[in-house]
Amino acid sequence: MALPPRQRVEVFALTAPAYLWLAATVFLPLVAMVYFSFLTAVPVGGRTASFTLAHYISFFTKPIYWFNAWRSIELGIYVTAISLLVGYPAALALSRHVKGRWREAIFLLIILPFWSNALVRTFSWTMVLRQPLNLLFTYPAIVIGLVHAYLPYAILTSYISLQAIDESLIEASRSLGATTLQTFFRIILPLSMPGVLAAIFLIFVPVIGSFMEPRILGGKDAIMLGPIIEGQFTAAFNWPLGAALSFMMLAIVLLMLALAAPLLRRQLGSS
Amino acid sequence: MRRLSHAYLALVLAFLYLPILVMVVMAFNRSALYELPFTFDLVWFKALAGNERLLAASWNSIWIAACNAVIATFLGTLAAMAFARYAFRGKQLMQILLFPPITIPWLIIGTSMLIFFFWTGIGRGLHAILLGHVALSLPYVIVVVGARLQSFGPALEEAAATLGATPVQTFMRVTLPMIAPGVVAAGLFAFAVSFDQFVISYFLAPPGTSTLPVEIYTAIRKGFTPEINAVSSIIIVISMGLMLAVARNYRFGGE
Repeated sequence: MALPPRQRVEVFALTAPAYLWLAATVFLPLVAMVYFSFLTAVPVGGRTASFTLAHYISFFTKPIYWFNAWRSIELGIYVTAISLLVGYPAALALSRHVKGRWREAIFLLIILPFWSNALVRTFSWTMVLRQPLNLLFTYPAIVIGLVHAYLPYAILTSYISLQAIDESLIEASRSLGATTLQTFFRIILPLSMPGVLAAIFLIFVPVIGSFMEPRILGGKDAIMLGPIIEGQFTAAFNWPLGAALSFMMLAIVLLMLALAAPLLRRQLGSS
Repeated sequence: MRRLSHAYLALVLAFLYLPILVMVVMAFNRSALYELPFTFDLVWFKALAGNERLLAASWNSIWIAACNAVIATFLGTLAAMAFARYAFRGKQLMQILLFPPITIPWLIIGTSMLIFFFWTGIGRGLHAILLGHVALSLPYVIVVVGARLQSFGPALEEAAATLGATPVQTFMRVTLPMIAPGVVAAGLFAFAVSFDQFVISYFLAPPGTSTLPVEIYTAIRKGFTPEINAVSSIIIVISMGLMLAVARNYRFGGE
């Protein structure tokens, strides 16, 4: 697809500003983070820094980091599972039992909070959880707050894939004598799998990286990788260690994605 | 089955909106300790009007969100034009590169921006926050405007070019009017992304200067007061209002 030179210049002029911006603010910083994670100190203001593997050695040898990384993954599993268990039936109800304008209105009402202010929504839970529930500053409070944050994602992606199912397949299944449950498990659920998998990825990743929700709702129970990384940058000021931990978090995310890739490809390929 | 479905959806909506409602109601309650019974009072909004820190932070937030909307919409629309109207090598890779900024956890993006900006001398501050917000908004703008461009083929643009219009004329007189609803939606969306963004701003804000979400987070960590409820209520109204405006201009997912 070699373009004529004139068009090549046009494409360059149109795309370069946006991509140079992204390079300078996202891609180069990610590379810099990896570089910093191998240094003993931040090489700014005349300080000298030398190469070290110490931060990674601590991550792999000190149980506290393992423990925190596992707590983050565990939180991701809880939040993703609950969001889907609550959200999928809601998407099903919306796509099969609500019609016309009502459906559009309810769909909008569900995704509206998702695109609104996350910090404020987290704060709003402190109002409900304090009294008389007495759940504020506990682990369940973190889970509830995060489910509230990501439930719309689960509903949105499930709804989109449920919406795309050809109605005639369901009618065919019924007329061939399948019960409602059989139709659900053999037709509807398998065909909506791409939406479910998208939800798993889209919820799990940000939950692993969360620190604001655990801090506000979890209090002393905010023992996870996210708050620890935040602490390295805002309280302990050990940036190289923070960078190493950030990079390990990114590695966990990429590993999950790599594990899910064959599954995703099969799902997307078959539908 | 139908009844059950409707009841369930009502329950889900109650879960999504109830805490927000409680927060807003408490902003109008006189008690400083969120005590009931409810007594209507505007005292917390009045206190807010005299809170210099929050007012300064609000002004910063609005200013950054507006600059972000203009810059991201402009740069994003250009890139979307290239994707929609040209076939070139590396296009697919460039489209894939739009995913990292919106899928990598903000904590990782934010801390790496902090490191890089500090190291290169860009430093922290409102300018750094703006740099970061534009990066987060660009992918959304490119997708939203791109979808709009896709729905109109290049036929009219080709006709304009054949009739002798320059590329700039074609864009201003033909393309832009056609994609205007998409561009407006993208601009509002970019404004909302920036106005609601907390994590990136948190790491890039220097001591003393900050945006509204950063200021609220600091206040929450110090202890809750109904003043935070008041400012949060205002934010949630603006934030949801913006998204409704986007939805009017642009239909999300689904059908």
